[in-house]
Amino acid sequence: MRMPRSLILGSLLTMVFAGGALLSFIWTPYDIETLAIPQRLQTPTGAHWLGTDQLGRDIVSMIMMGARTSIAVALLAVGIGICLGVPLGLVAAARRGSMLDEVIMRGNDLIFAFPSLVIAILITAVFGAGATNAIIAIGIFNIPVFARVTRGAALSFWSRDFILAARVAGKSPARISVEHILPNIANLLIVQSTIQFSLGILAEAALSYIGLGAQPPTASWGRMLADAQTLASIAPHVALVPGLAIVFTVLGLNLMGDGLRDLLDPRIRVART
Amino acid sequence: MIRYMIGRVTSLCLSLVVASMVIFTVVEIVPGDPAAYMLGVNARPDTIAALRTELGLDLPTAQRYVAWVTGMLQGDFGTSYTYRTPVSQMVADRIAVSLPLALLALAITVVIAFPAGIYAASHRGRTGDLGVMGATQLGIAVPNFWFAMILVLIFAIKLRWVSAGGFPGWDAGLFKGLKALILPAFALALPQAAILTRVMRSSLLDMLNEDFIRTARAKGLSRRQALWRHAVRNALIPVLTIIGLQFSFLLAGGIVIEQVFFLPGMGRLIFQAISSRDLIVVESVVMLLIASVIIVNFAVDLAYAAVDPRLRTGA
Amino acid sequence: MKLLTTMMLAGSAAMLATGALAQNTHIDVAMQLEPPNLDPTGGAAQAIDSVVYSNIFEGLTRFMSDGSVVPGLAERWDISDDGLVYTFHLRSGVTFHDGTSMDAEDVKFSLDRARAEDSTNAQKGLFANITDVTVIDPLTVQVTLSVPTGSFLFNMAWGDAVIVAPESIGTAATNPVGTGAFVFQDWVQGDHISIARNPGYWGTPAVLESVTFRFISDPTAAYAALMAEDVDVFAGYPAPENVPQFEADPRFQVLIGNTEGETILAMNNGAEPFNNRLVRKAVAHAIDRQAIIDGAMYGMGTPIGTHFAPHNPDYIDLTGLSNYDPELSRQLLAEAGYPDGFDTVMTLPPPSYARRGGEIIAAQLREVGINAEIQNQEWAQWLEVTFGGHDYGLTIVSHTEPMDIGIYANPGYYFQYDNPDFQKLMATLNQTTEPAARSDLLKQAQTIIAEDYVNGYLFELAIPTIARAGIEGLWLNQPTAAIDMTAVSWP
Repeated sequence: MRMPRSLILGSLLTMVFAGGALLSFIWTPYDIETLAIPQRLQTPTGAHWLGTDQLGRDIVSMIMMGARTSIAVALLAVGIGICLGVPLGLVAAARRGSMLDEVIMRGNDLIFAFPSLVIAILITAVFGAGATNAIIAIGIFNIPVFARVTRGAALSFWSRDFILAARVAGKSPARISVEHILPNIANLLIVQSTIQFSLGILAEAALSYIGLGAQPPTASWGRMLADAQTLASIAPHVALVPGLAIVFTVLGLNLMGDGLRDLLDPRIRVART
Repeated sequence: MIRYMIGRVTSLCLSLVVASMVIFTVVEIVPGDPAAYMLGVNARPDTIAALRTELGLDLPTAQRYVAWVTGMLQGDFGTSYTYRTPVSQMVADRIAVSLPLALLALAITVVIAFPAGIYAASHRGRTGDLGVMGATQLGIAVPNFWFAMILVLIFAIKLRWVSAGGFPGWDAGLFKGLKALILPAFALALPQAAILTRVMRSSLLDMLNEDFIRTARAKGLSRRQALWRHAVRNALIPVLTIIGLQFSFLLAGGIVIEQVFFLPGMGRLIFQAISSRDLIVVESVVMLLIASVIIVNFAVDLAYAAVDPRLRTGA
Repeated sequence: MKLLTTMMLAGSAAMLATGALAQNTHIDVAMQLEPPNLDPTGGAAQAIDSVVYSNIFEGLTRFMSDGSVVPGLAERWDISDDGLVYTFHLRSGVTFHDGTSMDAEDVKFSLDRARAEDSTNAQKGLFANITDVTVIDPLTVQVTLSVPTGSFLFNMAWGDAVIVAPESIGTAATNPVGTGAFVFQDWVQGDHISIARNPGYWGTPAVLESVTFRFISDPTAAYAALMAEDVDVFAGYPAPENVPQFEADPRFQVLIGNTEGETILAMNNGAEPFNNRLVRKAVAHAIDRQAIIDGAMYGMGTPIGTHFAPHNPDYIDLTGLSNYDPELSRQLLAEAGYPDGFDTVMTLPPPSYARRGGEIIAAQLREVGINAEIQNQEWAQWLEVTFGGHDYGLTIVSHTEPMDIGIYANPGYYFQYDNPDFQKLMATLNQTTEPAARSDLLKQAQTIIAEDYVNGYLFELAIPTIARAGIEGLWLNQPTAAIDMTAVSWP
């Protein structure tokens, strides 16, 4: 099957940042915990490929460490969404029309009704700011998305002949859900995951921007943007680079998602909320 | 139909009750004493205690919850701890900014997305389509606070076409008010327009594959006529759903934009109220927002059910 | 067409002219924080004083920009020989903005209200020594103290001690009625507060006809508002990194004044390991003050070696006691029993001097082996956990009340310093009124807390005010949080 162009381009872009994030575990050009105030706000030079920030830290290193934060937070938040949302969706589809289904669906609607940023702020006000609580805050809002998507896709399978056959043969709904339905909707879930992943990166950036994400000295793209705002006219690169990092990572993930969808099953229509 | 309605109304009330309990609990367990915050570091314990009594903070939790709920049902949303004004008045003042802002952003979104989506669908696969899709990909990827920063740099500081933020109040005139909202509206609208363009495009493309379109073409309608007379109208249904969703997001999600443009809107009210532990404001305003979303959903569901009997069995 | 063009030109010219005229009697002042309400006697928020001090409300005495205390509503006063009875002679013909006259009854009402059992005055301690307030005649008030209080006149100049009227105090939070040179006009919450010149003012009338205070908390928005000329003055501009830009721009003038804000790295003296003086000394030597001033405040701020304002004539420079010496710091830590350093928690409230300063200090401490985990807290959280609960190792905060070295005599205060000698010294100081003796005692006090390394004394906060070039009369320094517009004018 031909690889869609979007998938190739998207994967390349994502790999750049994912690779940087992985590399940061063993090496970055400079240590971001050492401040060098006399060298601050330098434009790109041979020593610092993207320049230095307002405390003298090397921006390439900051971007790599920030990639680690963004990807970790978004990934774990997607994990929460899948681990809790998919089973809920499967159960709701298996017991379609019952009280349980109704409760799950109304619960979903309720979570959707809550303004996500406000809840995130409240969570961090109660439990403290930081990456862990950002993961929880973002993850909570992934659960109804996955629940709804799973339920919708699973429902369309429940009326299929081969499922009916399995039921006649006496298999329990739980086993049917796991053995037959789940593998068939896996592709859809993969594509939805890339979307939620990219949304998670944007959400983490927004939370860090208002100061509620990963705390110093952990690097975070959103916080880099917040710190750099007042410097935009003196040293534009400090404000541009983290923003571009966010844009390209999200772009890469979205392209990957589109490409995956085209590759795996062009008939799938993916939910975007 | 009656059974369906009763069922939906029950779940509506349940949702509202559950929401109120969740909000109240979350706000109550937030650490930080409003009285201590208001009186500062030099205040003596007896002063703080006096203020707590004045604000009614030393009553038992259950009693305060009941008082709050009964108050809301009668239209009294409490009095703000910090501002000492009724919450309902504060909300009315802030809505006067947030609602027009959301509507303006929505209008911009639609004005951009509809033509772009239709254009892309009718030029599917060709350069025009690729160009639009590329632009929407970028639009979705840009964080709106960063975009806002750039807009301010260009239009307010360099070009001085508009002020950098703030809201003079509708008393200063309709034109001045709108002028203050135009830049924030654009910042909010960008990612929404990108999303809506894609939804419009894919919805249209789905329609174009439907049988009734092929029938229309077979009858002799040109591609464009088929598009306009039949496809667009039907494609609007999912599009309208998305617009509805976006509206609720715009109303409450503008916290960061309101911060950047220092607009006295709902988002900033909630944010400041959380920082200053003005618990009454947080509880009541969040409850209002959630209630409005739930009620709007309820109304939309009813409308759909009235129109399409298949939906009444709860799909 | 020509007629239309002419009309348009004439119209624009008229608009420009009226615009220019309006500009000459009106100023837009921006500030970061919006006051929660407008009653300076009921809340601690500095923003309240910023708007109303001296503009709307006045007290018996008042501060001038250089920190001196001058007569306010009290024209003159007599102090008894034992220092216990103050007789204030009030100015005549003073009226509140609602037309009622200001007399001794109002002064008695204000002071009694502030010191009452159930008073919610945030600075109740200022009135603690008052035992009695008696009205002698409509223009004379007698205040009796329990002990001679050297700082009494100084205390009465604070915003929490302004004179209010019983007729209007009930709604003061949203409709402040005072005796000042400006009258409150309106408040669009979240956006601005407007005040207008008081035609019936007892003293020199204000030059400006109206002032609007606008609230812009975001530093980028602050920058944008000034550059786009949306506001004329920004009092307390929050982004020191932009100051050079404004200095270079002929449209603006930059005033960098000092405040009463001692910015300190507070250490929890009541818990391990900071209860050990050697550890505290080690921390003091690990800090490079100039790096913090340069890095966090872009060069604005004066280093301090003790908890006292350097612009105060009684200040002594003790920065040498805590000079930057990481080698010495490591030695001291080893001596104290921590050769490999230790872990601790540094909580930081919202202001940028704390957040930015904190990052820099954490890096400096890491160099000597102290691992300080940063916890950013909002004010409400900080008040509850750090200030009230004493649940911290290190924190950074700026103490902006004037002459507040007395906080070191309170063992229950958040840094929990308990030194009976210092407490005795403070008690003596409070009862001393003779200036030379006071000066000597203050110097001793400064030395004690510096030698005990109670906290890390960082720098005195500077306040940058950016204004359009030519505006005159703005306060340079901030002896108290106030944006006094009574003498401000365009050229």
